[in-house]
Amino acid sequence: MAEIQSNEGGGKKKKGGSKQKKISVHVDFTPMVDMNMLLITFFMLCTSLSKPQTMEINMPSNDKKITEQDQSKVKASQAITLVLAGGDSIYYYTGQPDYKNFNSLKLSSYKADGIRSLLLKRNSEAVSKINDLKKKKLDLKITQEQFTAQATEIKNGKNTPVVIIKAADRATYKNLIDALDEMQICNIGKYVIDKITPGELFLMKNRETKGELSKNTTK
Amino acid sequence: MSKVKVARKSTLIDMTAMSDVTVLLLTFFMLTSTFVKKEPVQVTTPGSVSEIKIPETNILQILIDPTGKVFLSLDKQSDMVATLTSVGEDLGVKFTPEEIQKFKILKTFGVPIKSMKAYLAMTADNQDKILKDYGIPTDSLDNQFKSWIKNARMSNPDLRIAIKADQETPYKVIKSVMTSLQDLRENRYNLITSLKVTSAN
Repeated sequence: MAEIQSNEGGGKKKKGGSKQKKISVHVDFTPMVDMNMLLITFFMLCTSLSKPQTMEINMPSNDKKITEQDQSKVKASQAITLVLAGGDSIYYYTGQPDYKNFNSLKLSSYKADGIRSLLLKRNSEAVSKINDLKKKKLDLKITQEQFTAQATEIKNGKNTPVVIIKAADRATYKNLIDALDEMQICNIGKYVIDKITPGELFLMKNRETKGELSKNTTK
Repeated sequence: MSKVKVARKSTLIDMTAMSDVTVLLLTFFMLTSTFVKKEPVQVTTPGSVSEIKIPETNILQILIDPTGKVFLSLDKQSDMVATLTSVGEDLGVKFTPEEIQKFKILKTFGVPIKSMKAYLAMTADNQDKILKDYGIPTDSLDNQFKSWIKNARMSNPDLRIAIKADQETPYKVIKSVMTSLQDLRENRYNLITSLKVTSAN
């Protein structure tokens, strides 16, 4: 609807002068706006703005050829084993499993006061270092590259805990992601997802029955 | 008393500015967004604090629904073709050029190789309806999933594997997928999550 209005009336009143007519051009943009709005709506509904987040994960190789020397052993004092048991419960034990004492397997949760506080406490040295590093980065003393390099160094430092994550079959994918999340929140560099062993299943059952199973076996 | 003259105003509103705004918005949306991929099953990914974005190209996405059905998607059509032919050779199924053409345009695939021919013969509408009842077999007896991954890797060595699973998916299924990947020495992969904000303090 483009209108071209010529104001002839105005022209005649002028005394003599130039006879050039003033032409004002009005283009009605309403349909254009309508169409654009439709297109915007279409794009808003049919596309996703944000790319999904992702977690990168390295799994241990299960190559049988790897010899004993190549395998890295973990100090028992640094190892924490998390057993994801489905629901909101998460069991953990430190160091070697103690099959005789059912209390060695402790129950925790995914909440902030659960497994996170434990891991933060165990990893306090690295956490405080990382926090210092973050502050430095905020003050623009170091660059992003330096930050990542130093952070990885701290995370893989000598005295940081090693977390072994094992999930029972009844755990869900969310549990696994939550557990991996805790690793990131607590700045733990060394963690691995492993298969659950009959030993852990025994520990869990034993704990549920308050040591009934271990009583029977030790007798 | 003089008559109050009501000035006759034109009701035309200048829409030029409005048009400018909408065009700007439209450009923004067109440049920043990516199209939603059609997926046979709706999955809700669990939230995580991880802030790494997934790369756009060379992705082999493994989609796992809450009941444990596994679907795959590749983002390059050339890879799709190469993978289908080599998987067909592995498992003893030969595909005609028409079938390959139809396979190429699929967004997500996840049909046992035996049903693949029948599936490809269907119309697109029926394919969508029926796909969610299938899924690639991952059990140890007939692990076609491994074959798919192996051949996809062969057709494109730069492929990155991303697992997208529903938060309610039992770990058992994830474990079998992860074990299959481990058997193929695919030890590095991505887990797709959605954003959640939590802090250590």
